[in-house]
Amino acid sequence: MVRPPHHHAAIWTFKRMNMLSPQRQRLVVIGNGMAGMRTVAELLARTPHRYDITVFGAEPHPNYDRIALSSVLAGEKTLDEIVINSRAWYDENNIRLITSDAAVSIDRLARTVTSASGLVAPYDKLLLATGSKPLVPPLPGLTLPGVCTFRDIADVNQMITASETQKRAVVIGGGLLGLEAAWGLKRRGMSVAVVHLMPTLMERQLDVAAGTLLQRDLDERGIAFFTNGQTEEITGTERATGVKLSDGREVPADIVVVAIGIRPNVDLGRACGLEVNRGIVVGDDMATADPSIYAVGECIEHRGQVFGLVLPIWEQAKVCAARLAGDEEACYVTPPLSTKLKITGIDVFSAGALSAAAEEDEELIYQDRKRGTYRKLVLRDNRIVGTVLYGEVKDGPWYFQQMRDGADIEAIRDRLILGEAAASLTGTVDPTAKVKALADSAEICGCNGVCKGTITAAINDLKLTTLDGVRAHTKASASCGSCTPLVEGLLLLTTGVDAKAAGPKPMCKCTSHGHAFVRKAIVAEGMKTIPEVMHRLGWLRPDGCHSCRPALNYYLLCAWPGEYVDDAQSRFVNERNHANIQKDGTYSVIPRMWGGQTNPRELRAIADVADKFGIPEMKVTGGQRIDLLGVKREDLPAVWADLNAAGMVSGHAYGKALRTVKTCVGSTWCRFGTQDSTSMGVALEKMTWGSWHPHKVKLAVSGCPRNCAEATIKDFGVIAVDSGWELHIGGNGGIHLRGTDLLCKVETPDEVLEYCGAFLQLYREEAYYLDRTAPYVERVGLDYVKARVVEDAENRRALHARFLHAQTFAQHDPWAAQNENATFKTLVPAE
Amino acid sequence: MDGNILSNAWVEVARLGDIPRLGSRVVATATGDVALFRTGDDSVFALDDHCPHKGGPLSQGIVHGHNVTCPLHNWVIDLSTGEAQAPDIGCVRRTPVRLEGDRILLALRA
Ligand SMILES: Cc1cc2nc3c(=O)[nH]c(=O)nc-3n(C[C@H](O)[C@H](O)[C@H](O)COP(=O)(O)OP(=O)(O)OC[C@H]3O[C@@H](n4cnc5c(N)ncnc54)[C@H](O)[C@@H]3O)c2cc1C
Ligand code: HEM
Ligand code: SF4
Ligand code: FES
Repeated sequence: MVRPPHHHAAIWTFKRMNMLSPQRQRLVVIGNGMAGMRTVAELLARTPHRYDITVFGAEPHPNYDRIALSSVLAGEKTLDEIVINSRAWYDENNIRLITSDAAVSIDRLARTVTSASGLVAPYDKLLLATGSKPLVPPLPGLTLPGVCTFRDIADVNQMITASETQKRAVVIGGGLLGLEAAWGLKRRGMSVAVVHLMPTLMERQLDVAAGTLLQRDLDERGIAFFTNGQTEEITGTERATGVKLSDGREVPADIVVVAIGIRPNVDLGRACGLEVNRGIVVGDDMATADPSIYAVGECIEHRGQVFGLVLPIWEQAKVCAARLAGDEEACYVTPPLSTKLKITGIDVFSAGALSAAAEEDEELIYQDRKRGTYRKLVLRDNRIVGTVLYGEVKDGPWYFQQMRDGADIEAIRDRLILGEAAASLTGTVDPTAKVKALADSAEICGCNGVCKGTITAAINDLKLTTLDGVRAHTKASASCGSCTPLVEGLLLLTTGVDAKAAGPKPMCKCTSHGHAFVRKAIVAEGMKTIPEVMHRLGWLRPDGCHSCRPALNYYLLCAWPGEYVDDAQSRFVNERNHANIQKDGTYSVIPRMWGGQTNPRELRAIADVADKFGIPEMKVTGGQRIDLLGVKREDLPAVWADLNAAGMVSGHAYGKALRTVKTCVGSTWCRFGTQDSTSMGVALEKMTWGSWHPHKVKLAVSGCPRNCAEATIKDFGVIAVDSGWELHIGGNGGIHLRGTDLLCKVETPDEVLEYCGAFLQLYREEAYYLDRTAPYVERVGLDYVKARVVEDAENRRALHARFLHAQTFAQHDPWAAQNENATFKTLVPAE
Repeated sequence: MDGNILSNAWVEVARLGDIPRLGSRVVATATGDVALFRTGDDSVFALDDHCPHKGGPLSQGIVHGHNVTCPLHNWVIDLSTGEAQAPDIGCVRRTPVRLEGDRILLALRA
């Protein structure tokens, strides 16, 4: 958003003195909304001292971003975040702001405005910016409690409160406003139905094909639709209970939101005798029939047109401010308009004509049903006069630019429908061309209102080179992510760093954020549940996918031990069922054998289980324990119960978790042994079992450098030497074999435990999901790990303490807990 | 394709509360195991518990949107059509489901 700069203290003092001067003219503004305050801001930027300004606002709030009410309703923003001009801004600019007090009359002869509370304000110039009112049809039941509109903060608060206690909502109106209301209420957990008069949604902005796709996608997200639905009545006696349609259909509801359109708020203008049609009539100079009264925004009518989007209103504000500042030349021309729907993950773009209207018009259409995308261009005389895009809209602004420029498209006609990249002559688009052309004041991130200049300055001043860096410092691209390509373009333009190539990959298709950003945001912003993370970071799909959900579940579990409730449905099958699924859908069960030690009682219990459940195969694993293969899902709880009874617990052989601690027999038996490696291994396994990690973690302890336990291909390997223990990290077997790096040498078993806990906790807190310790150590570097774990003793103890704290919640045998879990049982229909 | 619903009987198999949100249960039927899914918006779907790829038990997959990801090799199956998401090709048989209050009924083939 382009915002005129605030004034310095020096100017402020000067103004205060000036206030006393009688020559200053008085400007009164009625309507403390987006149009009125934008005009005032533009005026102050031009001439800060010309007027003493008084503003009357009917609402109790300072000027806020009405557009963002949809995001507030959807839980993506808070009310504090959408304030445009704080009360301090009014003070700094010496504006007298009167809130909660509507102007009720204008005396054009005396040149005064009177408010509801009886205040009288004299004016030299008056600005009407009263916006519009929700259109409400004369329906029976309209005044019942539970019926509301969608226009201001009070409406949104009413809807949010209702969503906390009520279940069902009906939205009347399937246009922009109605759909955004429906989506917001849906995200707040209500079941939502939309009643729409026309056969397809948003028929004023979308053609039938795109409207149908939109309905299908919203339908998939659980919003019900009643199209061709003429509301006849809102039912209920005490409060609204639903709506009745003229064809007899009834839709039950606890709240009814009427969002069928808006009507310019012309009451004051009409009462004082100004010319009024649909809106208060203004000329190209934004003045009404009375030359000392101006009007801007949704309350006006200009050349027969009324307005409902901010883009033309920003133009009006500019022209009106210029006129008020004494510029006699400024004239308003309505710019071409385009529309976007603000529903996360649903991309719609529309501008100009929706379809061929005249005989010489042509339509180019490209549809890909599988990907759910659709594009249409309307051409006249080789020029674009309209475009409708659905599903993939990145070319929208480019088509719109071609349309505004009236560019001749003859030469690129064959590729035009494929978009900018295909249509440009060289076949490639300079990724920086788009951002290069923008002014510093051009807004890049609509969600957080960050303009190009702010981002460029942050990149230069803070020497930022990554997308995440820009996000952290400017908030640009940190919410919905749709401006990410522009921010990447700015990085490339300013620093030459190609963030797309170098930057972190998004976690998955559900988000544009990388793992590092999400992990940090969870901790920094205190996010505690998967839905909360998805809401606040603008996830594109409401419940993510099989790739991001397990990752988020782990990140939250790690960040909030004891507090976060593990989400079973976000666990991969093995971790949910605590066994390894096999290719035939049966499972393998591996009980834990501490440090690979066992005894006749355990072996007997395992043999008994194998007999009792007809286990087809048994095998000794590479992790020094016994695998029971071919267990049926329904038998799992009973198998565990028997193993539990013999004192055995789950081996977590299935999890992104601590697997095994492999040991050799060590000094107890071996003639080469220098230390008791088996006991060391058992102690390590007792400390670490049950811990969840970004990936599987394996430990081993060898009793001497002959290294029979293969400790140097483990995540944490210990090798006993005469004088103590060598600690090795970051190894693994598998396809890409990696030997460990030597971390350090310690003297006592207690130190082994402390260093191990500290290293594992560092890995737990910093690695990306599905990175084992090897890629983690390679990413951060061995020196970094040494600095945190070896050299910084205090940090090591803190890490170890956090590990042990998390373990108090993790060391519960999942088998014991799952014994009673009914979901393992197969349902059998009664008959 | 769905069977002919007219020749099938609607049989109650579970209550909505028997299935966790974004979870599933298995129903044993005369024609094999059927996986019953409950999505985030409380829609219920029933598909054969048999992935079109190599027969993985779909009931054990992760449910997201109106999809389930097979636990064996991550094919994504559209619950409403039974079709595998591109680039994979395959289709699972669906069983018609009806919700009456919180009762879940299946049109089971006789
Ligand atoms: C939910 C929602 C989503 C929207 N989304 C978009 C979008 O995505 N893109 C877009 O371009 N536009 C959008 N709009 C439209 C945009 O918000 C409006 O075009 C813009 O706010 C109009 O500005 P305005 O100043 O004319 O009216 P308003 O912002 O409504 O301001 C008028 C103010 O005047 C006050 N007032 C009225 N009468 C009196 C009186 N007698 N005395 C004192 N005060 C009075 C009102 O209380 C109000 O605060 C959206 C609107 C809503 C409600
Ligand atoms: C989904 C695929 C995999 C399955 C189902 C699987 C299963 C198993 C099981 C059940 C064991 C016995 C472990 C124990 O006793 O706890 C094992 C051991 C082992 N696996 Fe895997 N594994 C898989 C993938 C891998 C991969 C990708 C690697 C390499 C990175 C790997 C390397 C090993 C090694 C080295 C052992 C022996 C462990 C040791 O000696 O410490 N496995 N595997
Ligand atoms: S590692 Fe050393 S102590 Fe352990 S069994 Fe092998 S030779 Fe013996
Ligand atoms: S069996 Fe389902 S993906 Fe292979």
